[in-house]
Amino acid sequence: MEIGERDPVTGQVTTGHEWNGIKELYTPIPRIVFFFLATTILFAVCYWVLMPAWPLGRTYTKGLLGIDQKTSVDRLVKDATLERSDWTHKIDQMDFAAIQADPSMMKIVGETGHTLFGDNCAACHGTKATGGPGFPNLTAGIWLWGGDPKTIFETLRVGINSTHPDTRTSQMLAFGRDGVIESKQLADVVAYVRSLGGTADGLDADPQSIAAGQDVFKQNCIACHGDDAKGKRDVGAPDLTDSNWIYGGDLQSVTATVYGGRQGTMPHWEQRLSATQRKILALYVLSLRKVPQ
Amino acid sequence: MPEFHRKIERSAIGFVLAIVVVSSIGGFVEIAPLFTIDNTVENAPDMRVYTPLEQAGRNIYMREGCYACHSQMIRTLRDEVERYGPYSLAVESKYDHPMLWGSKRTGPDLARIGGKYSDAWQVAHLINPRTVVPESIMPKFGWLRENPLRIDDLGEHLAALRDVGVPYTDDMIANATQDALGQTAPDGDFAAGVVKRYGQATQVRAFDGNPAIVTEMDALVAYLQILGHLTGAAQAELAVQPEDGK
Repeated sequence: MEIGERDPVTGQVTTGHEWNGIKELYTPIPRIVFFFLATTILFAVCYWVLMPAWPLGRTYTKGLLGIDQKTSVDRLVKDATLERSDWTHKIDQMDFAAIQADPSMMKIVGETGHTLFGDNCAACHGTKATGGPGFPNLTAGIWLWGGDPKTIFETLRVGINSTHPDTRTSQMLAFGRDGVIESKQLADVVAYVRSLGGTADGLDADPQSIAAGQDVFKQNCIACHGDDAKGKRDVGAPDLTDSNWIYGGDLQSVTATVYGGRQGTMPHWEQRLSATQRKILALYVLSLRKVPQ
Repeated sequence: MPEFHRKIERSAIGFVLAIVVVSSIGGFVEIAPLFTIDNTVENAPDMRVYTPLEQAGRNIYMREGCYACHSQMIRTLRDEVERYGPYSLAVESKYDHPMLWGSKRTGPDLARIGGKYSDAWQVAHLINPRTVVPESIMPKFGWLRENPLRIDDLGEHLAALRDVGVPYTDDMIANATQDALGQTAPDGDFAAGVVKRYGQATQVRAFDGNPAIVTEMDALVAYLQILGHLTGAAQAELAVQPEDGK
């Protein structure tokens, strides 16, 4: 068997390989394929020289271009920051009232705030900022700690019952579970609280129970919620006379609140968001207010 | 050369071995050097190990297949850094066996989820994601709150991890069960031991809201709340915080 033997049927040269009488025709790889192979090898050689490529024990060749993913992304982030700096700088410099009075700045706050809110706040407060059970509604104009932008900015910085050293702290005791009040007193105070105007069916309760509940309230609740039950902002105690309920105003929810207490937590954002971003968010949530002042 | 090829082609086993050798060259050249190059894994002296409770939560995370929809790797891309925080470093997965970087995001990346939301939110969200995020498509995991966590074998988990290089001490392994109890009961007898063994920054709370019993919910929430907080190396590496550069 010779290399170069011709196949009698096609007249083509064979490779000389024979498998059980079957011979293979010699059909070499087309030139164009060789060309591309040579090009890719050339490309690889250039790449080795320009980019980080070859391991050298404890280090590696860094490449002539000095490209590194980490410095690249740092530069991109920095460039983007610079690009925004014409308006972020203004936000840093201007005080809250000045920004609120400037429609062009508030437009920026609205756009950027919407994205920041969606990424960070919407999980708890909802995409429309209307809150949910245990998470306050931010559009009602009702604020536990105060509704001026500076206070909201501070709340964003330190959080509520958070792990931040300066955190705002507000803990409602478990009056029922810890045995501070008896179950009869608990039912009375729930009836009283619900009669304060918060719920439509609140006044259906027995007037005697409501009256008894008022005494229980005086003895246990006014320290935080105030004599008039309108809440106290320095301890983050909510107003019980309005129709806004964080944990629900039905009989079962209010009973659960008084029985087990509430320690709602808001994380702090000092490490996660920059001061500029928190400033934008404080102004943004204020701009979401739906009810007239 | 043709003679050599003729020979090797005619020996089936020899040819298979030759294929294996040749095709492993690529892997050897690309992967093996990473074990010797110094800056493959960054230096992070403050890196701490998972507590037994967090490790148990990690096991639940794997059991429930969370990694199928959630990645734990913030890539070195501007949009990811601006949304999720500093890009992930290799050292942050140093004690992950196996790593859970993931390859697909149906839900968001979780590499820095720790501390972003409250425990109450995490619990409500795991029981039924739709109650807090109406547009969510995540399945419910409510039973985690009903299931007591198996804590009697946590020491063995830690011992197995020590065999693959996680620096758990004998003290940590011997007290693993107690530490799991302690981390969920801040007022209990065992809470001080957890902080002593795993550091002041360890989060000791009733993660699911009930300090009386250690549930799988406790473990999973404890794990989620530590993600991205085992070391501060990533924050230090990204010197310029987004928006702050002037």
